[in-house]
Amino acid sequence: MSRPRSPIAPPQSFLWTRRVVLTLLAAFALLPVYVMVSSSLKPLQDVSGKFQWIPKDLTIRPYFDIWKTVPLGKYFVNSLIVAGSATALSVVIAVFAAYAVSRYRFRGKRVFTVTVLSTQMFPGILFLLPLFLIFVNIGNSTGVELYGSRGGLILTYLTFSLPFSIWMLIGYFDSIPRELDEAAMVDGAGPIRALFQVVVPAAVPGIVAVAVYAFMTAWGEVLFASVMTNDTTRTLAVGLQGYATQNDVYWNQIMAASLVVSVPVVVGFLLLQRYLVAGLTAGAVK
Amino acid sequence: MRTIRAAAAVAVVSALTAIAGCGGGSSSEGGSNESPKTLTYWASNQGPNIEADKKILTPELKKFEEQTGIKVKLEVIPWSDLLNRILAATTSGQGPDVLNIGNTWSASLQATGALLPWDQKNFDAIGGRDRFVDSAVASAGAEGQDPAAVPLYSLAYALYYNKKMFADAGISQPPATWDELVADGKKISKDGKWALGAEGGNLSNNIHQVFVLGKQHGADFFDKSGKPTFTSDGAVAAVKQYVDFMAKDKIIAPGNAEYAQNQSLQDFAKGKTAMVLWQAAASTFASQGMKPEDWGVAPVPVQSGTPGAGQNTNSMVAGINIAVFKNTKNVDGAKKFVKFMTSDEEQTLLNKTFGAIPPVKAAQEDPAFEAPDLKVLRDTLATSAAPLPQVANESQFETTVGTAVKDLWADAAAGKPVTTESVKAALTKAQQQMAQ
Amino acid sequence: MTATVTPSSGHKAGTSEKTENGGARGPRLPRIPDRIRQGGLPYLLLLPAVVLELLIHIIPMVIGIWVSFRQLTQFFIRNWGNSPSAGFDNYKIAIDFDAPIGQALLHSFLVTCAFTVLSVGLSWLFGVTAAIMLQENFRGRSILRTIFLVPYALPVYAAVITWAFMFQHDNGIINHVLHDQLGLTDKPSFWLIGNNSFVALVVVSLWKSWPFAFLMLMAALQNIPRDLYEAASIDGAGIWQQIRKITLPSLRPVNQVLVLVLFLWTFNDFNTPYVLFGKSAPEAADLISIHIYQSSFVTWNFGSGSAMSVLLLLFLLLVTAVYLFLTSRGRKGSDV
Repeated sequence: MSRPRSPIAPPQSFLWTRRVVLTLLAAFALLPVYVMVSSSLKPLQDVSGKFQWIPKDLTIRPYFDIWKTVPLGKYFVNSLIVAGSATALSVVIAVFAAYAVSRYRFRGKRVFTVTVLSTQMFPGILFLLPLFLIFVNIGNSTGVELYGSRGGLILTYLTFSLPFSIWMLIGYFDSIPRELDEAAMVDGAGPIRALFQVVVPAAVPGIVAVAVYAFMTAWGEVLFASVMTNDTTRTLAVGLQGYATQNDVYWNQIMAASLVVSVPVVVGFLLLQRYLVAGLTAGAVK
Repeated sequence: MRTIRAAAAVAVVSALTAIAGCGGGSSSEGGSNESPKTLTYWASNQGPNIEADKKILTPELKKFEEQTGIKVKLEVIPWSDLLNRILAATTSGQGPDVLNIGNTWSASLQATGALLPWDQKNFDAIGGRDRFVDSAVASAGAEGQDPAAVPLYSLAYALYYNKKMFADAGISQPPATWDELVADGKKISKDGKWALGAEGGNLSNNIHQVFVLGKQHGADFFDKSGKPTFTSDGAVAAVKQYVDFMAKDKIIAPGNAEYAQNQSLQDFAKGKTAMVLWQAAASTFASQGMKPEDWGVAPVPVQSGTPGAGQNTNSMVAGINIAVFKNTKNVDGAKKFVKFMTSDEEQTLLNKTFGAIPPVKAAQEDPAFEAPDLKVLRDTLATSAAPLPQVANESQFETTVGTAVKDLWADAAAGKPVTTESVKAALTKAQQQMAQ
Repeated sequence: MTATVTPSSGHKAGTSEKTENGGARGPRLPRIPDRIRQGGLPYLLLLPAVVLELLIHIIPMVIGIWVSFRQLTQFFIRNWGNSPSAGFDNYKIAIDFDAPIGQALLHSFLVTCAFTVLSVGLSWLFGVTAAIMLQENFRGRSILRTIFLVPYALPVYAAVITWAFMFQHDNGIINHVLHDQLGLTDKPSFWLIGNNSFVALVVVSLWKSWPFAFLMLMAALQNIPRDLYEAASIDGAGIWQQIRKITLPSLRPVNQVLVLVLFLWTFNDFNTPYVLFGKSAPEAADLISIHIYQSSFVTWNFGSGSAMSVLLLLFLLLVTAVYLFLTSRGRKGSDV
């Protein structure tokens, strides 16, 4: 569904502003990435020396060492499982909740939306320990091990991203004309089918944006992961700290490892891009 | 809406009762022997990285299993997470059976009552208290109480110096007093080279240094009853002396004020600075590409005379202790494991591997600990090292005073004057922040 | 575009009040068949979200509030259910602004406010600029879009530790460029200690959060109907005018939530200052999250730390309420 080009070409002043601004923004975004790339290709002695734009001695050793210093592969898989599951569940649950709020009138709606939003104000450090205790107690009384398991972390992270996801999706769903799902229902579809056949496809950009957000929330979280994981379930965000040991900080390996684990994520972003922009067409609104 | 509210209220209340009911750790004093065949062990990261530690410890744990039939489940925990994990374990009662703790945490953890006290009987079970170096046992809990842990690996500070830089500056032997160090330092500090390195942004390191200087000025940071005395003349003089190496003597590069990731070791390995005060830095120098014959080791300087007790203390007792969680379901096995880890044989082997000094006297006899650098550390530990204040709020001490010193470094680096008044003001603020 | 009201639907849905929002939206009055309204379907749809929020957010929070009234120090954490009650003592200490602890808390609070306003304001500005400039298709658009999202894809720890590396006094790239190459400063500056640390903190936080604003705004821009622009350009409106008259107003609903959550996250951000400065931030960059972390996890005085958190929570609730009130009223006003 390619969109028509603007009938009138933008003026030169806009084009020039655009070039300058976008270049500066790209430089800002990429500067640390460049530092990471160049540092990851230096021997340890050079990394900790005066910064050089072009590395003097190039080496790819760090890219081999990273797997030995820290079980990077294991952490990566853990992070992928945790962040992936949290994202999938969070999106599904948020879609249901947002659909209910956007399309139905019911008692407690206001309370629900406001409460959900207010959870975003909770400082994480305030409920880290209570949450940990809840997990341990659930484990002791039901045998479901949440503490130290990926499951506990998945539940935690999915809940972290849930409030914002619900709010964003309410907004996106509200902007999808009701006539669309009503038409489907007139054709005999139930509300759930209307949701999945009409509303969800129309809200794909919003859902993808929310999914990316949910994924990154889980991908980067440090505080809860540091207390709630152990040897076998440790995630990347915490595991990367393993390159900074008591006596040595392996700068080049930190950078190399960060780049290696980020590549799949960036590729994922690339693949998702077309969904981010392919959304409602102008015609659908009328 | 009302239904939701009611449901929420019910859920909250029932959850609260459930949790409050279960409470924290069950308080069966001294643990039980419900599961005598397994143990969980949390090890701290001692080697170059976590994987290396696992490789080093696993065969030893196998040995223990062969001897006793007890299977030990090992987790090596990074330093960044260890204290919080212990805290969570203490609060919930769900923790390991045996664990390593930084020895400066001993009194704090002792105060929680979560660790098994090492009374006469327990010590006897592992071969007796007098097998261990005194200063190491003194760093395992508050004075007058049974230690909360047993020393496992010990370390002390030493002065590492660059032989070539010393020769270039015409210095024939390492300084034995601070005056000599400053005088030598002034000869070295020119043309982009500096005499001494410091980790100004590292709170613990700041504490270690000013604690020792405080001892040398006759000051302790806590009085006998455990009340903070940060603003005593001795304490102020100690902090000022340390920061003055940059502010007045100009033998530390201003950039050191922000160091917190061992950059001072990198500078040393590169020949940018000629001296650092550190614990067992040999392996780090090697990984930074410095050859063992390029550096030498000497005891940390004192104000005058030679290192010894009291005012001639020249190091804190650094190290790792091993402790048993009171909640353990295998208390006899846990003690057996501590006995195994502190046996002469394991002590020699593990300390050798990790570059530490055994706190067990007999194990120190091994020729491995006769190497020049380790010998200095060993002698310091035996004769002139003192444990950091063993008070329950030790970590608060590290944070408040460590931060005060860090801020003073920042002043010195920015060229602001560091005076007795400004040091006293910083320490006064630190003392006020100590709650209770 | 006329609003159609089905008589059978009885009453309006709560969200439908903002119909004809800036003329950009079609009619949105409900026409939900009776058979659906009767069931408990909406509750069923909300159930998973409610259960999880209760378990992970609400109940721990209630416990946290309870803890703030306890004297929960290291002497009691092992059996914390039996910790002695502290009444309002923890609160009294926290808000006694003449005493050192209260003073430090107030200072930290003010620093956090300044930091949050700057970081959120700039993040939104960068995000909206980038989103608008990438709205039209041109060569390199998708590459730029990816580049802008890269900061978001890097693990937080790695990104922030890299910034700390760049901000080093002796060897960092920032001083290398500003001092060695451009000669803008007469001696290298300290970024991680002293007053500049505030600048460093804002830069890192901005770098980390603007891609998120960009992502959300970009998705929102997709929903603006093309014909609005076409109609405007036929009426002779230039591109700048179109941005001002069409784009920005259409973003308002997204902005309302976006700015609010950015504000809340930035205010509570723990990872950035913690990785950048460690357990003790310089005074100029002493964010409240680190401050509370110190009070609870470093000194193990969870009662006092929780009391500070609850105060923080009350403040944020107040700000949010005022914000929502103002932005909602503003929106109604513009609809007239």
